[in-house]
Amino acid sequence: MRPFREALTSLVRHPVLAVLSVTSIGLSLFVVGLFGLTAHNIASALSNVEEKVEIVAYLSDEIGEARVRLTRSEIGSFPEVLSVRYVSKTEALYNASRELTEFSDVFPDLDVNPLPASLEIRLRAGHRGPEAVSAVASRISAYDFVEDVRFGRDWVNRIHTLRRIAGGAAVILGGSFALVAMLLVGTTVRMSIHARSSEIAIMENVGATAGFIQRPFLVEGLMTGLLGGIVALALTYGAYRLLDRAVLEVLWMPDGWTLAGILTGGLLGMLAAGRSVRRELRSLYAI
Amino acid sequence: MIRFRDVTKHYPRSGTALGEVSFHVRKGEFVFLTGPSGAGKTTVLRLVHMEIAPTKGDVMVSRFSSSRIRRREIPQLRRRVGFVFQDFRLLERFTAEENVAFVLQVTGASRSEIKPKVHRLLDHVGLAPRATAYPNELSGGERQRVAIARALATDPLVLLADEPTGNLDERASIGVFELVRRVNGLGTAVIFATHDATLLRRYQDVRVLELERGRLVYDSGTDAAVRPPLRRAPGAPIFELLDEKAAASRAGEGAGPTA
Repeated sequence: MRPFREALTSLVRHPVLAVLSVTSIGLSLFVVGLFGLTAHNIASALSNVEEKVEIVAYLSDEIGEARVRLTRSEIGSFPEVLSVRYVSKTEALYNASRELTEFSDVFPDLDVNPLPASLEIRLRAGHRGPEAVSAVASRISAYDFVEDVRFGRDWVNRIHTLRRIAGGAAVILGGSFALVAMLLVGTTVRMSIHARSSEIAIMENVGATAGFIQRPFLVEGLMTGLLGGIVALALTYGAYRLLDRAVLEVLWMPDGWTLAGILTGGLLGMLAAGRSVRRELRSLYAI
Repeated sequence: MIRFRDVTKHYPRSGTALGEVSFHVRKGEFVFLTGPSGAGKTTVLRLVHMEIAPTKGDVMVSRFSSSRIRRREIPQLRRRVGFVFQDFRLLERFTAEENVAFVLQVTGASRSEIKPKVHRLLDHVGLAPRATAYPNELSGGERQRVAIARALATDPLVLLADEPTGNLDERASIGVFELVRRVNGLGTAVIFATHDATLLRRYQDVRVLELERGRLVYDSGTDAAVRPPLRRAPGAPIFELLDEKAAASRAGEGAGPTA
């Protein structure tokens, strides 16, 4: 109870310092929050796009119905494969006549259906990367009745590069801002240690334990970090509402992320405070 | 209870502060620690308080030895050693009673025992009527009394006083000294660092340890100079009281013939 009371007292006693540090931590984490929001939206856009990654295997006209069924269930049992859909020659022609309306007059007059039957193969999440797609495609093309396999190799590659860049930037920027936030909490705690240096000296003198002396500062770091996290959450939510209403449809982050963000604030605050406390109180019980 | 064995302390910048000092202060004893500024008095007190460790030798306080004590045992030692400073070091934003109560709070006393104990301590130092005064409302002597009450809050075995009368006028000095004597009378050992010649002269029954340039040059407890002869230029006594007897007899001799 005492550490909380003292941490609160310390925050209340130096309101300007407290507001400044909470705000700066809030702003730092706000940038992380904005990045989280962007990352989440990129990720969700990517997975939408990725879901559309499919391999199309065009089949030779000679293949019989039974063979098609067998092949379909064989491919369907590949661990990477989510679904296999058979598109018959007739269906292909129907689709083409629907989609290519300008040729709709031509199709009924055809004597022979020129379009091949095909298998449209969709892959499970986690197997939509370039290597996985190529591997599956090459296994499929090994069937002698498969005439051609298409999967837009470049397209798959590009999506993945984009995702890696987004991930890397999230780690680097998020990390840098977290570091800035930690330095700020550390400085705040150091200032409040200085503000209480005469009390600390007396505590050391009369035999208060090191833990007893340090605890209020750790709690102060934790509280500052948590408050900063909440401020950041409020700012991020405001930015989200603004963007969502005014610019484009944006997704809000999952609840787990926001909770993790606030807790990370608290944890960073406490770690930074711990570092400052150890450094500032190194003279403590110097022997 | 406090034993220095060949204690040497070097500071990296300022060099040797103490050289091969040995002495023993018994339970309940009262000792003046004297010598000019820079002689090493404060270093001795800080060694007893284990704020610093000796470079060589060993300091033993109660059951704690400076060469074996562990970091986490230091708070236990500190609770047995009260410390009073020349500049009082009271917390200005606390009243007299809050200053004393603070020590009890931070050493884990329960709420119910704090109030009566603070009252008893302030009463003991004669400041009960001024319990709610802030330090800046108190005189120097009164502030030092609060500091003494605070130092006694943990029921220490020994009270270390570093020039506690240094900022006080003579009357207040004697008041503070008498208080410390009374504390000693109740069983707390006292090491009283001072270079106040008036005090030394006035209380000649007290054991004196004299330091000079980091060396213990005189210990009245051993009835002799520790390293005889004293490493002091002849005819240049720093504290004449040490030779008070001789001075008195000289005066007697001098007075005799002319009378």
